[in-house]
Amino acid sequence: MASDAGPAPAHHRPRPRPADGEVLLAAHGLSKSYAGADGELPVLAGIDLEVRAGEIVALLGRSGSGKSTLLRCLAGLIPAGSGTVTYRGRTLDGANPGTAMVFQTFALLPWLTVQQNVELGLEARGVPARARAAAALQAIDLIGLDGFKSAYPKELSGGMRQRVGFARALVVEPDVLMMDEPFSALDVLTAENLRGELMELWTSGQFPTRAFLLVTHDIEEAVLMADRIVVLGSRPGSLKAAFDVPMAHPRDRGAPGFGALVDAVYRVMTGREKAAAPALPGRPGHEAGGPARRTVATTPLPRAGVDGLSGLAGILARHGDRCDLADLAEDLGLATDDLLPLVDALDLLGFAVVHDGDLLLTPMGRGFAEADVQEAKKIFALAVLDTAPLVRLILTSLQRGDGRLRAGFFRDLLAHHYTGEEVVRQLETATDWGRYAELYSYDAGPEQYALDEGSAG
Amino acid sequence: MTFPSRSTVPRASSRPSWADVAVAAAVLVGMYLLLRVGEEATVSFDPAHVTKVDTSPAELPYYAARSLLRMFAALAVSVTFAVGCAYAAAHSRRLERVLIPALDILQSVPVLGFLTVAVAGFVSLFPGSTPALECASIFAIFTSQAWNMAFGFYHSLITLPRELDEVSRSFRFTRWMRFWKVELPAGAIGLVWNGMMSFGGGWFFLVASEAISVSGHKHALPGVGSFAGTAIADGDLGKVGWAVVTMAVMVVGVNFFFWRPLTAWTERFKNEQSGAADVQRSLVLDVVRRSSWPALLGRLLRPIAELLGRAGRVLGVDDRPLTARRRRGRAVDLVLGVVAGGLLAWGLADLLGYLRHRTGLGVLGEPFLLGLATLARVLVLVAVAMLVWVPVGVRIGFSPRLARIAQPVVQVLASFPANFLFPLATWLFLRTGVSLNVGGMLLMALGAQWYILFNTIAGASAIPTDLREAMDDLGVRGPQRWRRLIIPGVFPYCVTGAITASGGAWNASIVSETVTFGGTTLSADGLGAYISRATAEGDHPRLIAGVAVMAVYVVGLNRLLWRRLHRLARTRYSL
Repeated sequence: MASDAGPAPAHHRPRPRPADGEVLLAAHGLSKSYAGADGELPVLAGIDLEVRAGEIVALLGRSGSGKSTLLRCLAGLIPAGSGTVTYRGRTLDGANPGTAMVFQTFALLPWLTVQQNVELGLEARGVPARARAAAALQAIDLIGLDGFKSAYPKELSGGMRQRVGFARALVVEPDVLMMDEPFSALDVLTAENLRGELMELWTSGQFPTRAFLLVTHDIEEAVLMADRIVVLGSRPGSLKAAFDVPMAHPRDRGAPGFGALVDAVYRVMTGREKAAAPALPGRPGHEAGGPARRTVATTPLPRAGVDGLSGLAGILARHGDRCDLADLAEDLGLATDDLLPLVDALDLLGFAVVHDGDLLLTPMGRGFAEADVQEAKKIFALAVLDTAPLVRLILTSLQRGDGRLRAGFFRDLLAHHYTGEEVVRQLETATDWGRYAELYSYDAGPEQYALDEGSAG
Repeated sequence: MTFPSRSTVPRASSRPSWADVAVAAAVLVGMYLLLRVGEEATVSFDPAHVTKVDTSPAELPYYAARSLLRMFAALAVSVTFAVGCAYAAAHSRRLERVLIPALDILQSVPVLGFLTVAVAGFVSLFPGSTPALECASIFAIFTSQAWNMAFGFYHSLITLPRELDEVSRSFRFTRWMRFWKVELPAGAIGLVWNGMMSFGGGWFFLVASEAISVSGHKHALPGVGSFAGTAIADGDLGKVGWAVVTMAVMVVGVNFFFWRPLTAWTERFKNEQSGAADVQRSLVLDVVRRSSWPALLGRLLRPIAELLGRAGRVLGVDDRPLTARRRRGRAVDLVLGVVAGGLLAWGLADLLGYLRHRTGLGVLGEPFLLGLATLARVLVLVAVAMLVWVPVGVRIGFSPRLARIAQPVVQVLASFPANFLFPLATWLFLRTGVSLNVGGMLLMALGAQWYILFNTIAGASAIPTDLREAMDDLGVRGPQRWRRLIIPGVFPYCVTGAITASGGAWNASIVSETVTFGGTTLSADGLGAYISRATAEGDHPRLIAGVAVMAVYVVGLNRLLWRRLHRLARTRYSL
């Protein structure tokens, strides 16, 4: 079926349509921020993005990179802070009429049958009942749901439910199908199967939509499906890199170009801001700073529990201190989102370094991995005080005061740099790390930190 | 399923704001205006002195039908009000700021005290006619149900899952579709459970509101409540017994033929993606489902729904403009604020002038002192009821078989209007010479205690079996088991039960601190007795002072005690 697999820049589909290449959806200078303690906390900064007819674009980023926010801005569900979003050249003011969304959690109405769910979009347009039913049945048929039309969502498996999600979106024949991590709530085999069928329909030209916009955190999924991969950096989300994927469908994970591309994307995603991220206005560029100049604001703690990171260190130690990240993720059956925070944590603590898509255990990391529990705690305590500013801040604040402080104090401090949810996450991680290192204790009742009895006074 | 409580489950935010204070003042002024409107017609509820009811037991079926009709009319009004009010509050920022604190206050106002005020208004609308009395009775039941239901539905509207909101907007649903296909179904379960509980509480107010005396003339609406009232006035225990039996049949019957099937039917609106293990079942619903009626009804209703959908298109599309138009909104806010503030200030000034003119402002002092007595009664009642019913509830809850039998029974007991049993208790007090100062607590407990039992059963059955097995395994038993497992496990449920019981007890105090049986009247010292005396004498300044003070007590207790316990339960002891 596929014809050329050469290194051409963009959309490679076997059967180009007449209007391929037309810009359907565009964002120019799109920024978005949420309210923080003192002023706005940026979530997206200066995004320029175009989605053209005939292409599949994947937005790839870690959690917190604002990729879902970007998708919702493009769908007209939330307003952009600054910059514009246009659909076919017209600026949006309300839900985008040319898109339909497929949700991570399916978002089916549980009180309606499959067919009624699929008909919703047409009903909203005022299509008469008979025409509606005919179109819905056609979509149900196309997506492989025959026989399920009178079932209720709760009777279906996850894969079948997401098919309903696809049918519901396709039946309104949107120009751009928006997919918000559509496969991430499914098990591996189901996801693989559904992805395959979807791509088959797309390449065969039976799809009543002209472009896909896929949000995902799974690198392989992006490389499997997309014609173009756009990588978003974190805090705030900005375009970090873009890759064209010049391979024909169906793509083979074993193909030589495939692994190389996955590795390349991995390198960009693990390259912790060093790669591109421009310094923010009003905030000093921080990456040059060594541990000494790390502050709470510039060094967010990755969302990694002590168990997870010591487990990963142990695996590295057994692998001879070195592992290819992409392979490691696959071996462990983990998505990027699950693995990268652990990698970040090891990197931050100085237990491991990322080099060329490989994760290398440092001597200190090796010591940590092989020590017994008490010894490991000591190593961890030293490392965490040296490298994690928030843990250090909590400890020194406790030492300066009478040994007790309310969590609210630190929440207020953090609120200057992080969104509400992120503040909670930062404190959770700091609590976990500090408790494990026996630096301080935390009582969830009065929400109070206290110096640990045996801690270094 | 946890048991949604009937009243006053505290809201999440607990910081009193200026808006809350202003709205509370507005509610007070509203009551005052209503009262002034109906000033000429002195109205009082006095079930003990009703004359015009035929007390032959043969009339009871007819009376029961009339009472039922009243209950369902009130339910219909309540549902309509609740849905409309909640929808308005959830979709308009401005209305939300007013309606939500207003509902919060209104559900703390003792309905029975409020009743006379409202009836006065109705009577002045249609002077001296039966429709006015019917309206008043329905209104009494309505006021006991509506706020709570509106709160529940509002809550389900604002906690609509984000993705359902996004589905609605991204597929450009019409506003009607959003309401009909998304919001109403999503809130249906809460609405029905809340409706069921409120309906159960409504019987109490039905009984209390069927016998009214207006301007010295005694009127009675045909109904079970007035039948019982007459029987009580006659001191005829046999006829009271007939009324009690009729009431029991009605409560059980409505539960069996209406609420059970309805709650079982609403299972379909559960917003969860997997089939639940524990589903509500109803024999009646099963029978109906096996017949051909549902299909027929579906065929009949589908074109109507389609037509409604088409007609609903005029309401526009569920879409929010991305660019905010804020400035105009602010100006309107300011104008509305100034107008409302002005009206409020005028109303308050007038109220104060009225009180000073009629009785002097010292009128507020007495109810405050008497309130302490009632407060003590409420607290003692809740504490004792906990001591008695929590162990029983835990025993029942740990045995699935017992729980299955006990749950519906307790539910019926909770619905049964306790004021129906007052005469029996009063007769007992008269015989034994127990003072109503103590006996009043027992009367208040008659209705209130069941909420504690019911919730404890629910809590105990929610304690996971593996936790109990782990405790067995570790040999944790006796007091240690209670301290470490059972009390923390049932704590959140007990708090919910105690909140409901306390709300019920405040309301009940109005009818239980003064009771009459066959010409003998017993009285206790308390705010409830104060209000009912003011009601009987048509003493409006005292009435409004008493009702306002009781509302202050209820709100104060909620804020200072129940909300804190509720928060503690949620953060610390939720399993």
